[in-house]
Amino acid sequence: MTDTITIRDLKRGEHASVTGFTDAQAPIVRELREIGFSEGDDIEVLALGAFGATPISVRLNRTIIALRGGEAAMIEVARR
Amino acid sequence: MTVLEDIVTDENTSGQMDVPEKTGPRTIALVGAPNAGKSTLFNGLTGGNAKVANYPGVTVETRVGLFETPAGSQFNLIDLPGIYGLSARSVDARVALSVIQGQTEAFNTPDLMFVVIDAAQLRTHLQTVLQMQSLGKPMIVVLNMMDLATRDGLEIDAAKLEEKLGVPVVAATSTRKAGRADLLKRLDEVMASETTLQESAAEEPDLRHVQTTARQLASEVILHEPGLNKLTRTLDNILLHPVAGTFLLAAILFFVFQAVFSWSTVPMDMIDGSIGALSGWLAGVLPDNWIQSLLVDGIIAGVGSVVIFLPQIIILFLFILLMEMTGYMARAAFLMDELMLKVGLNGRAFIPLLSSFACAIPGMMAARVLESERDRLTTILIAPLMTCSARLPVYTLLIAAFIPPTAVGGLFNLQGIVMFALYLIGILSAILVAFVLRKTLTKGETQPLIMELPTYKMPDPWELLLGLWQRAKIFLRRAGTIIFAVSIVLWVLISYPGDTLRTSFAGMIGRVIEPIFAPIGFNLEMVIALVPGMAAREVAVGALGTVYAVADAEENTQGLAEALQSAWSLPTALAFLAWYIFAPQCISTIAVARRETNSRGWTALMVIYLFALAYISAGLTYWGARSLGL
Ligand SMILES: Nc1nc2c(ncn2[C@@H]2O[C@H](COP(=O)(O)OP(=O)(O)OP(=O)(O)O)[C@@H](O)[C@H]2O)c(=O)[nH]1
Ligand SMILES: [Mg+2]
Repeated sequence: MTDTITIRDLKRGEHASVTGFTDAQAPIVRELREIGFSEGDDIEVLALGAFGATPISVRLNRTIIALRGGEAAMIEVARR
Repeated sequence: MTVLEDIVTDENTSGQMDVPEKTGPRTIALVGAPNAGKSTLFNGLTGGNAKVANYPGVTVETRVGLFETPAGSQFNLIDLPGIYGLSARSVDARVALSVIQGQTEAFNTPDLMFVVIDAAQLRTHLQTVLQMQSLGKPMIVVLNMMDLATRDGLEIDAAKLEEKLGVPVVAATSTRKAGRADLLKRLDEVMASETTLQESAAEEPDLRHVQTTARQLASEVILHEPGLNKLTRTLDNILLHPVAGTFLLAAILFFVFQAVFSWSTVPMDMIDGSIGALSGWLAGVLPDNWIQSLLVDGIIAGVGSVVIFLPQIIILFLFILLMEMTGYMARAAFLMDELMLKVGLNGRAFIPLLSSFACAIPGMMAARVLESERDRLTTILIAPLMTCSARLPVYTLLIAAFIPPTAVGGLFNLQGIVMFALYLIGILSAILVAFVLRKTLTKGETQPLIMELPTYKMPDPWELLLGLWQRAKIFLRRAGTIIFAVSIVLWVLISYPGDTLRTSFAGMIGRVIEPIFAPIGFNLEMVIALVPGMAAREVAVGALGTVYAVADAEENTQGLAEALQSAWSLPTALAFLAWYIFAPQCISTIAVARRETNSRGWTALMVIYLFALAYISAGLTYWGARSLGL
């Protein structure tokens, strides 16, 4: 595989699929999983905040989820 | 309100004798992801009026209602806050889980769960179903929002899903009756079959495993899965655009304030006219004695001066409800998130703060969705700085009396601009206070944001009307109870024993605190109005109405605004406005802050800092205006 990137590295309109989490033990990962982020899921960056690219609106399957940059940087993805 | 419905429910059931064997109705809990439509289904089944809106985290407390199936069995239905899974980090999620697991005193352990999910998001929501299944309780899965799923072209094999899950699956559209009969029929079947409970899993299932199973299952039962709803995608492209979106949000808010002002003039004049006619008529037919004075100068002047503001309240709520029902509220939170991040707050705190524009009480309660206690506390402490609807009467009255409706820049009106400024000062001070708190008393890590943005939904006009009617009722009830009572009591205290205000009972009381307020330009009448005004902000307007009506009883009846114009200087009026931006003149807000923080210390801190800000800013305004020669 190529080097790992996260949702944070994606540009607006880019599609990707979730490959994992940077720190599987972090408590926030459980929260991200509960709201639906899971390996293999189809995502797309829909909107970005004005400065510093936070928050980020992500389409996860048919759900839209808003994340801050910090959380987005925990979700590893592979570009489609 | 929950308590009340609880009692009602109990009364309804205690008289019930024809339910054989069982003591009282069985209990069903509404479980599922936030914004899946649980409260909508609750209202549909029980005829209740739980709050429904298109953003996650609307329901933050439990609510019970009763319903009956065609077979005649009765059930207690508990509406719960939404949860995605079994880890409860926020207050509202903890409430939901403890009810489901039978760990509360308030309810019997639920016999069954309705697991409500959004059919259009089946792929993600299935994992919620699987997690709930691990609790080992009987359940019926409600595939809700089928209308939206069908509209988008989603095809689901519900029968197969039912077979795979091993529990009944009912397709439904809770906003209409679709699926309801089916749900009740299945419920009767489940109850008749006396299914033995599965063993609840000894330990929580591995989340990753659950997800894998859920996705596999989804792929089997989803026959056709189109992309995201087109309208939502298009609207978000504009509304969430960093520049255009932010600009639109500001424009929308500004438009709302202008509308509250300009759309309300005609109906307000009409109400004003009828009230004037009523008191004129009463003054004509009644003999000129104390009864006439009590009715005209006491009650009508007091209650009437507040009721006039009903149109403004309705217009304000029209916009708030529209934002909530369409799904824009969550977008506003998204747009404001960067600012919230800088201040040190969770982005989701924006929704409680935005609801505080209606009233700080639901705002403080909505803060329960915040996972970090520090965030929740900070949000509660700054919620009263958001200009609630009860301040509208105070602001409008003074603006109408003291600010000329000069056109500014051809487009705006000076009165509207002053109003906007008052709101803005509230918001800016909230930001400042939050920033200071997060640096000192509620210090902690910056919080994450993980929030679902719902698809846009068309508001149901009937729901909208119902929502407005409820708000109008609350406003009028307050006018008819608190303000009515205050008007009578105040009339007595003002009319006796002396002839002038200063020598009346009210005057005597007022004179004790007058010295405190004299330095910031408040006169005796204002001080007298502030005392009952502790009950609620608009009560002060009613009180001023009574105070000036009694004082001016000899002259011809004139409106309160005119009375204030001749009695107050401009610096005094401005100081009073500045006072009301901050002053926590609302007993119920303070009581709710006490309940939500569960701490006298934090409540005291909130009250003290707000009064301090109020006093200082009123003083600065007064002396500033005087030195400018206003
Ligand atoms: N079109 C459509 N809209 C629905 C349906 N069910 C609910 N809604 C809408 O979905 C939104 C959320 O409904 P709620 O009943 O407040 O959802 P909830 O599950 O109680 O949400 P929380 O209290 O936040 O957990 C509201 O705007 C409802 O009007 C449905 O079947 N069809
Ligand atoms: Mg709800």
